[in-house]
Amino acid sequence: MAELRLDALQHPLLGVITLSIAPGERVFLSGPSGAGKSLLLRAIADLDPHRGEVWLGDEARSRMSAHRWRRRLGLLPAEPAWWADRVGEHLPPASEAAPLGLENMLARLGFEPEALDWTVARLSTGERQRLALVRLLAQAPEALLLDEPTANLDPRNRAQVEALIEDYRAARHCPLLWVSHDAEQRARLGGRRFVINAERLEPEEP
Amino acid sequence: MNLILLSPWDLSLAALLILALAWLSWRLRLGMERRLLIAAARSAVQLSLVGLVLKVLFEQTQPLFIASMALVMLSVAGWEVMQRQRRRFSGPWGYGIGALSMFLSAFSVTLFALTIVIGVEPWYQPQYLIPLLGMLLGNTMNGIALALDQLSRQAWESRARIEARLLSGARWSEAIGEIRREALRSGLIPIINAMASAGVVSLPGMMTGQILAGSPPLEAAKYQLLIMFLIAAGTGFGALNAVWLGSRRLFDERERLRLDRLSGPRQ
Repeated sequence: MAELRLDALQHPLLGVITLSIAPGERVFLSGPSGAGKSLLLRAIADLDPHRGEVWLGDEARSRMSAHRWRRRLGLLPAEPAWWADRVGEHLPPASEAAPLGLENMLARLGFEPEALDWTVARLSTGERQRLALVRLLAQAPEALLLDEPTANLDPRNRAQVEALIEDYRAARHCPLLWVSHDAEQRARLGGRRFVINAERLEPEEP
Repeated sequence: MNLILLSPWDLSLAALLILALAWLSWRLRLGMERRLLIAAARSAVQLSLVGLVLKVLFEQTQPLFIASMALVMLSVAGWEVMQRQRRRFSGPWGYGIGALSMFLSAFSVTLFALTIVIGVEPWYQPQYLIPLLGMLLGNTMNGIALALDQLSRQAWESRARIEARLLSGARWSEAIGEIRREALRSGLIPIINAMASAGVVSLPGMMTGQILAGSPPLEAAKYQLLIMFLIAAGTGFGALNAVWLGSRRLFDERERLRLDRLSGPRQ
């Protein structure tokens, strides 16, 4: 898998940000709410107008159509939205090709395969969050941008979600940028850690 | 059958009904009498003026004069469409999308009717052109305004869902597809309902007017049918065009949802 490189990414509400994440590397991002963590993830996925370039290996984002870029890059928003009635309708058609296998991923987060037939309206907040991760990984993204994937989960579910993310990262050897408020989680899982502070990206003090 | 001319006396009798209603509203403290009387007075003045203008217009066939009349009608209709948007596109697009769509649909359908269907000679004879164009503009205006309003409102409210689809790798046209269809549907439903209930539930205003003015009912029905087909086609093509342009404008060249291109809500 390829490296994810932010080359002088510049958003009106953020400073100039340059960052490289190696294949298989895990990078944590934290900072006070409203500092622009989610904005940075949105900018990388090209959802808001901004300046700068992002590279996936030697492929520049600007050389690729926007929908292809977003499909290859997996962004999990803090509050993932659902557009159809049933869970299964949100999955890409060829999701068997996902590296960890769809049923396997569901099982590891405590869901039966029938969960795909559930209506979205009956899902709890935690179920929505966990199923959104399955939905994202089923797209087989080549890099992961996660916005607080374990924020509303109890310890057991949090451990399952962490393990699934870690396995995906290891199996695909993909760069991972993880926004987390949980200092204990950041320290436990390890990796480079950054704080967004006054529009700048600074290494987190140990 | 002869046309029974209405005398000012006949009209004042009808106006008495309005006065009686205003009096009742005043007695029952409904508070509607002022607005009712002003609206009635406005309609009297506006229709008399239009009657006078049309009388002058029908007596001559100067293309330039007729063209400027048509242009005035179009620009007022475009303004009206813009006024009816709760969240309109900012900048020239707010006016442009509706006006252009009406221009394309209402003008071409009118032209088609005048030259090919009715075969008026010359085609710009104001007696046919102005009422037909007015009819078409008035109705396509409704459809386009409804469709555009639905489009911008839904896009505003469904931001998270649209962006979720974009993030899953959908093209902009797939991400807005459902909202686009919904907007078109709401623009077209009024005219479809009008066609379906025509003659059974209600006698359309134009046909009623023609019959009262002395036309044989079957002839009036034929004209009404023609007008309805033209209106349905004009509304459909106009709304399609407006929704396509509008939804395209909601996304930029990198397929980002650009709600900043809509202005804030208006009452």
